[in-house]
Amino acid sequence: MEASSLPAALELVSGGGLGLSPEKRAVLWSSLLLLQRDYRFERVWFWGCIQGVHGAYYIAEGLGPDRAAPRSRLYSLNCVEWSLLPPVTNEMVLQAGQLKGRFQGDPSFEYEYTERNAEDAERLIEDGKEPTIKEEARVVATIEQIDRAVGIIPRGAFVKTPLGSVSENRNFEGLSLTEAKKLSSYFHFTEPVNLKNKTLLEKADLDPSTDFLDSLEHDIPQGSWTVQLEKGGAVVVLRSLLWLGLTFYHVPMTKQYGYVYFGTGEKNLDLPFML
Amino acid sequence: HGPYQPHEPGYGLYQPGYSPYDDQIPDPKSQTLAIQNAKAYLLKSSTTSGLNLYDHLANMLTKILDEQPTNAVDIIENISKDMKWAQFQKKMDTLRDEHEILPTFEAAEKRKALFLKPNGEGEEELEEEIGETPLPNVMETAFYFEQAGIGLSKDESYHIFLALKKLISVQPVQTCRFWGKILGLEMNYIIAEVQYHEGEEEDETEEEEIIEERGKEVDEVEDEEEKEKEYEPPVSTYKPPPVIPKEENGTGANKYVYFVCNEPGKPWVKLPPVTPAQIVCARKIKKFFTGRLDAPVVSFPPFPGNEANYLRAQIARISAGTQISPIGFYQFAEEEGDEEEETEGGRDTYEENPDFQPLSVAEMVDSLSAWVHNVQSILKQGRCVWLNPLQKSEEEEENEEDEKEEEPDDLQQELQQEIGPPLLTPLSEDEGIQNIPAWSAQPSTNLIPQYAVAVLQSNRWPGAYAFASGKKFDNIYFGWGHKYSPENHTPTLPPPAQGEYPSGPEVTETRDPTVAEELAFKAAREEALAAAEEEEEEEGTEEDEEDDD
Repeated sequence: MEASSLPAALELVSGGGLGLSPEKRAVLWSSLLLLQRDYRFERVWFWGCIQGVHGAYYIAEGLGPDRAAPRSRLYSLNCVEWSLLPPVTNEMVLQAGQLKGRFQGDPSFEYEYTERNAEDAERLIEDGKEPTIKEEARVVATIEQIDRAVGIIPRGAFVKTPLGSVSENRNFEGLSLTEAKKLSSYFHFTEPVNLKNKTLLEKADLDPSTDFLDSLEHDIPQGSWTVQLEKGGAVVVLRSLLWLGLTFYHVPMTKQYGYVYFGTGEKNLDLPFML
Repeated sequence: HGPYQPHEPGYGLYQPGYSPYDDQIPDPKSQTLAIQNAKAYLLKSSTTSGLNLYDHLANMLTKILDEQPTNAVDIIENISKDMKWAQFQKKMDTLRDEHEILPTFEAAEKRKALFLKPNGEGEEELEEEIGETPLPNVMETAFYFEQAGIGLSKDESYHIFLALKKLISVQPVQTCRFWGKILGLEMNYIIAEVQYHEGEEEDETEEEEIIEERGKEVDEVEDEEEKEKEYEPPVSTYKPPPVIPKEENGTGANKYVYFVCNEPGKPWVKLPPVTPAQIVCARKIKKFFTGRLDAPVVSFPPFPGNEANYLRAQIARISAGTQISPIGFYQFAEEEGDEEEETEGGRDTYEENPDFQPLSVAEMVDSLSAWVHNVQSILKQGRCVWLNPLQKSEEEEENEEDEKEEEPDDLQQELQQEIGPPLLTPLSEDEGIQNIPAWSAQPSTNLIPQYAVAVLQSNRWPGAYAFASGKKFDNIYFGWGHKYSPENHTPTLPPPAQGEYPSGPEVTETRDPTVAEELAFKAAREEALAAAEEEEEEEGTEEDEEDDD
């Protein structure tokens, strides 16, 4: 969620029971502003909090002029001092996908993982690397996975300029109530995967400036999002069931929207059994 | 300056007829004519939409000049599009708006109703309310949890506060507590934990069930007697395992009564008491709640009940696993002759300790033995107090001295009494999962330790929290209602197919004997018979001739 709309947004997202303590809220305002100054970000998003067993990671993302470019991610253990996380690589994501269990809360903690493939293990040892992963890398990989899988925006909130860069749509006035209840009005804010597979008829209806992303309609498994109206219908809240803890809110007919993650950072692989 | 030459920078910029020097052309009439032609063209209405460009441009420019947006040139196409849309929406607006407003307005009405005081109450009611009331101070609890970042927004907490007040005014409750919130797919559940005054519970439904069961048994006995006379296919020897009776209301897993509602403002619904079979099944399945209490729970093993029962079973499991209090707050009631009255499962009642000395926050956070469970844990059987299912009921136990009827079941010998950890065991005895401790403890703030609150999060049931600060403590649950397991959930496999018949030597297949074996067998038999012939009389030979086919 936007750093500037933090207080109101946290109120709207708190339906899940997890939020920030007043201490953290008070310090986030100023520390995110300082982040913007130090790293020269155009926008700073408070991404959320990953709960470890002994501590929690608070994550912020910084965006440059092209909002769809890879974002810089920072983490903090106390919301006061922030450290930049290394950019994510595919290898990190693959390795972190094998880890199970909770985060520890200590960024230098090393996981030892056993390779299923004996060949890979030998290869690693030859390279001189030991088969351990640092928790920092796991954090980066998890954030990337979550953003890729369930980071969403309402339709029309961002426009793609003819030059290819993406920026906020200043004419976006919010979704109407009926539109806000449909999953097709929300897009994944990441590289589209399914867009090319649409039939020509569907593509004809698309508006290339706003419909350049995948919508949530065809997410697998179906039903992995819950859409609820809270506060007597004033806010539309979407919660992801694949990554439990990701909450997206939008106040219909206004420009307020955002998503935040408060959870343990584990994918819910039991989802097909639970639906 | 004059007409530019090709090598000068201004070349090509001037169009004939529009250069700044054309006003020196001595023909103003043709220019005004040109302007009028241009204006007439702009005023031409479009055949498809009925707009004309002149008005459209005029409106657009008016809007831009009124609002003065930054970088207007970048968004001018959007402004134009919006203006066109605005033309059409006016006609359809009234119809559409009326439909859209309804659902949110209804919900707002319900919430507003919470805030209104019911009619017909005089000053007498006020005095009663100020006295001791079972209403918990939800806002105070919410404040402490908020220090740790847990909890709903203040608005929602206040709505829940008022909804609980409404519940208390309707039901005769002794104690009431906001248990927590469970999220669901379509709607969420807000749950209140309530204890009735003694003797005020409604036992009508229980009596009805017992009467029905007894009626069925009588019918079955009669049918069996009649059927024995007729030819019947073999009766199945399958005896289903004995049904373990649920615990009495007010004890064990049914100690508290739970009310749920989807949103504050909606009516509270009472959840039915939980049976051991439901708890045992709930341990094996993992399903999301939909938010509708009558929704069926489709699962394997099939859950005996609908979502209301599943919800109640999960609430029972969560309470048993995560309701904790600081050590010393509760103590066992000391009565004379306690040892004789001890039931098999240990003590199940406690009372508040009037001499409770709270530990400091640092001590509460550092060691888990400063906290104890104050709800009985549920055994494997699904009850808090173990019950031998083969002993039919208490009445029959008394009769056992006279009639000793014990069915010679193999199962009976394997059933041993299940013992769980006794009430008020400290948390340090809780097992962790793999290398994660069962609870994570933190103070709410490191910057102001004097006023910090000790907060505990459960790792076994993610979403269960407890706080303690001085003499105040409370538990709460915000989550999806499932236990944490690092391994993926594997559903139970269906049991192997039941054997149709016992396999013995008379039924097992063997290879048919070969011709040589048959001849050898025949020869051997003939020798035996010949030997018998010599001993017997001539009757044996006739039988042999008949048998040789």
